[in-house]
Amino acid sequence: MKKRRWRDFGLAGLMLGPSAAVLSLFVIYPLVKAVWYGHQRCDASLSKCRTTSWHQYIDAFRSNEFQDSLIVTLKYALITVPIGLVLGISLAVLADKHIKGIGIFRTIFSSTVATSVAVASVMWFFLLNPSVGILADWLGGSAKTPGLLQKQGLALWAVSASSIWANLGFTFIVVTAGLQSVPKDLYESAYVDGANGWSRFTNVTLPMISPTLLFASVVLVTRAFQSFGEIDLLTAGGPKGETTTLTYLAYGQGLATSNDGGLRATVSVLLFFVLLILALVQFRGLEKRVHYGN
Amino acid sequence: MTLMAYSPFVAQVRLVNITKQFDGVTAVEDINLDIADREFMILLGPSGCGKSTLLRIIAGLEDPTEGEVWIGDKMVNDVLPKQRDVAMVFQSYALYPHKTVQANIEFPLKVRKVAKTERGVAALAAADSLGLGEYMQRKPAALSGGQRQRVALARAIVRKPAVFCMDEPLSNLDAKLRGETRAELIALHQRLESTFIYVTHDQVEAMTMGTRIAVMSRGHLEQIGSPQEVYDKPASVFVAQFVGMPPMNILPAGSLESGNHLVGVRPEQLEIAASGPLSMKVTLVEQLGHEVLVTGDVGAKRFVVRVAAHTIAPRIGDVVGLDAPEAGRHRFDATTEQRIDA
Repeated sequence: MKKRRWRDFGLAGLMLGPSAAVLSLFVIYPLVKAVWYGHQRCDASLSKCRTTSWHQYIDAFRSNEFQDSLIVTLKYALITVPIGLVLGISLAVLADKHIKGIGIFRTIFSSTVATSVAVASVMWFFLLNPSVGILADWLGGSAKTPGLLQKQGLALWAVSASSIWANLGFTFIVVTAGLQSVPKDLYESAYVDGANGWSRFTNVTLPMISPTLLFASVVLVTRAFQSFGEIDLLTAGGPKGETTTLTYLAYGQGLATSNDGGLRATVSVLLFFVLLILALVQFRGLEKRVHYGN
Repeated sequence: MTLMAYSPFVAQVRLVNITKQFDGVTAVEDINLDIADREFMILLGPSGCGKSTLLRIIAGLEDPTEGEVWIGDKMVNDVLPKQRDVAMVFQSYALYPHKTVQANIEFPLKVRKVAKTERGVAALAAADSLGLGEYMQRKPAALSGGQRQRVALARAIVRKPAVFCMDEPLSNLDAKLRGETRAELIALHQRLESTFIYVTHDQVEAMTMGTRIAVMSRGHLEQIGSPQEVYDKPASVFVAQFVGMPPMNILPAGSLESGNHLVGVRPEQLEIAASGPLSMKVTLVEQLGHEVLVTGDVGAKRFVVRVAAHTIAPRIGDVVGLDAPEAGRHRFDATTEQRIDA
C-alpha cells in the first residue's frame, strides 16, 4: 500500500514538474527576488545593492510620490473601467442582432484587441497632436495650445481615452460571448410578459451576463493599474506627475525612483499587494450580485 | 386560497389564411383555424410541422408573412404581445434563474407597473393554487423540474390572460410527473375558464387534454376535430398513423378489397382468425400485461395486432390468418392519401 502511494506521488511529481518549473522560473523566483530587492537601495542596473531595512516598504508606501501615484492610478481606473465597460456593453448589445452584414461591425468593434498598446498610443498621439492631429483640430481651445497631453487637468483624460479605445475590443468580445450564452427563451418570455427593451436589458441581459461583467471588470481594473505603454508614449508621466501611475513610478524615466532599482522593486511589490487586495474586494463585493447559472 | 375563475373578455382566436416563411422556406401555409372561447385546443404534429411557429404567431413572437390573426373581435397582426392579453409557457420554462420564485411570478405584473402589495397578493394566490406557496423565496435552481414547470404556469396565470399559449410544457418532465401534470392542467383549464392553445407532439397529451385537436403536417392542417373524431375518422393516412399507438396498419390497394384505394385497420380491430383473408408471419410478441402486441409481416408490410391479455397469443415464427371486420376499415385514396367516406 505504502509502496503504491510513493509510486503515485512520483508520477504526480513527474506530471506537475513542467508547470512547476515554468511557474517557479517565471513567477515565483522573480517575485521573491523583487521582494528581496525591495528592502535594498541599489543603482539603476541593480549591480550594486546595500541592505537598508524592511521598513523601506512602509516608508515608500507613506511617501508623497507613492501616495500621489496611487491617487492618479485610482482616478485612471475610475475613468477607464466604467466608461470602457459601458461602451463595450453598448457595442456588444448593438452588434448582437441577426442583421445582414453585422459581422463587419463585429470585426471593426473587436479590432482593437489585435492592436498593440504601442500602435494605439502612437495613433492617439497623432490624433491629439496640437499641430497635425485631427481630434485636436476638432476640439480646438486647449487641445491646440498647449495640447491635451500637456494640459494639466486634461492629460489624464486624454491618456484614458487612448486606453479605453485600446481595451474596447477586449470588452466587446467578452461581453458578446456572454450575450450569446443567454437563452433566447428568457427574452421572448419577458417580451410576451410585457417588458420593454430597457426592462429586458435590466431584468434579463445584465443579470445573465453578470459573471462576464465581473471577469471583464477585474481584468480592466488590473490593466488600468498595470498600464505603462500609453503613459510612457503619450505623456511620460507628466504634466507635473498628473499621469504618473504606480506602474510608471516603478518603471518610468526621470523620476525620484529612476536611479534606484531597489526602490523600483519596492513600488512593484506594493503594487502587487494593492492589486491583490483590489481583486479580492471586487470578488467579495460583486460576487453577491453575480449569478452563475443553474 | 384559490384563484377565482376569470375571463376578461371573449377570447376566441381566429387564424385566417396564415402563411409564414423563413428566408423563403415555408413553415406554415394557408392555415385557417377557429379556436373557440375557453377551448383547450391542441396543435399536434411531428417536429418541424409548423405547430410551434403557429403558436408563436398567435403570441406575437413571429409576424405572419400573410394572413390575419384575430383575438376576440380585434385583428392583432400589428399588436404587440403585451397588448394581446396572451401568456406563454415555454418548453424550457424560461424562468429567470437570478430571481426568486416570487420575483419570477410577479415579473409580468411588475413590468405592468402593478403596485408592490397587490403584486405580492396576486403572486401568492397564483403560487398557492399550484402548491408553490412554501417555495416563494427559493431560486429556480433549487427546485425540481416539476416545480419549475409550476412556477412557469404560475407566472402565466398571475396576470389573468385571456389566452394561454403552451409550447410543449411537459416534454422535460419524466413519464410519471407528466401524467400527473396533465391532470393538473386539465383541472387548471376548467378552473380558469380561459382559452388554452397547447402545442405537443405527444398524442397521449393531445387525446387526454384537448377539447379539440388540430393535427399538422409539413406546415398544413391535416384535420381538426375532437380527440375521438380524429381517432375514429382520421382524415388522412398521416393522421391515421400519427394518432394511435401503435399506429394504424395500412394495406396496399387491392390486397384486402378490390379497387384502387388503401385500407387502414387499427391494431385492436384486427382479428386473428385461421380463415382470415390475410396471412401474417409473426416476428415479435410483446406482453404488456393488460394486452399483447403481435407484430408480423403481411407481404412486404409490417402489421401490429392488439390481442387481449390471457388469450392464446401466437408465437414468433407462426403464420396466422388475419381478418378486419367491415366496421374497422378505413379507406384512403391511393394518390392523395385522403379519407374516402362511403
